[in-house]
Amino acid sequence: MITATTVDAKGQSCPGPLVSLAKALQKAAPGDLFELLATDPGSRSDVPSWADLSGNELLESSTLEDGTYRYLIRKAA
Amino acid sequence: MIEVAITEERAELAASFADLLQRVEALEAGAATQIVKKNKLTIIAWGGDLDRIWPTTILATTAAASGMESSVFFTFWGLFAIVKPGVRITGENWMQKMMSVMNPGSAQKAKLSHYQFLGAGPAMFKKLADDHRVAKPEELIATAQDLGVRLIPCQMTMDLLGLRREDLLDGLEEPIGAATAIAEMRDAAVSLFI
Repeated sequence: MITATTVDAKGQSCPGPLVSLAKALQKAAPGDLFELLATDPGSRSDVPSWADLSGNELLESSTLEDGTYRYLIRKAA
Repeated sequence: MIEVAITEERAELAASFADLLQRVEALEAGAATQIVKKNKLTIIAWGGDLDRIWPTTILATTAAASGMESSVFFTFWGLFAIVKPGVRITGENWMQKMMSVMNPGSAQKAKLSHYQFLGAGPAMFKKLADDHRVAKPEELIATAQDLGVRLIPCQMTMDLLGLRREDLLDGLEEPIGAATAIAEMRDAAVSLFI
């Protein structure tokens, strides 16, 4: 069972969530899973763009019951 | 009869070979002058206003966070944004010193291009940024350095304004000139002047 590391970027505005995510990924191994939590509405377009630019894989995006955006990301090989 | 045919065939072959050679040479010459763009962002940070240095640092940081190469060339007023926070009056002569008084160094002291209101504008802007948890330019500069963004001062503007290497933030790249700045921009897929 592979567990995802949670990156809590709730409350942060652009480019905060992406910077937090990038910093977490720096130390990770290829294939590692990350769960990004954000409240920045801009992240809905920015996280897919970031995945496209960086080559990391966005596996899932969803909105939790409390309105938090949740993204599941796999670090590129 | 057969011999004539063979000679003709050879001549044709030689001609098409020469033609092919010419085409290869032309292709090679073309490839040598072709510019290969890198997955890279280069920003010429000309403006030192808060409302310029802010997007500059946001974009440079985001590019690095997205796995792109990222570099910022600080020139003219942009250079004052990377003066060390504690450094007050810089320059050798009265003109340079006056410039530094008019343009207090460091991103923390950057003014707004509009709605400065004797400092109330930037204070309000920063209050709003705090409320929305937007990182400030000085924080973004530190993050940029952390993520490997190359921050490069302009040698000519440093000389013009009398700014010494020790007046500027630590961890900057060596100062460069216009040609090197153009080389930075030439191989960057995205280059901006802010």
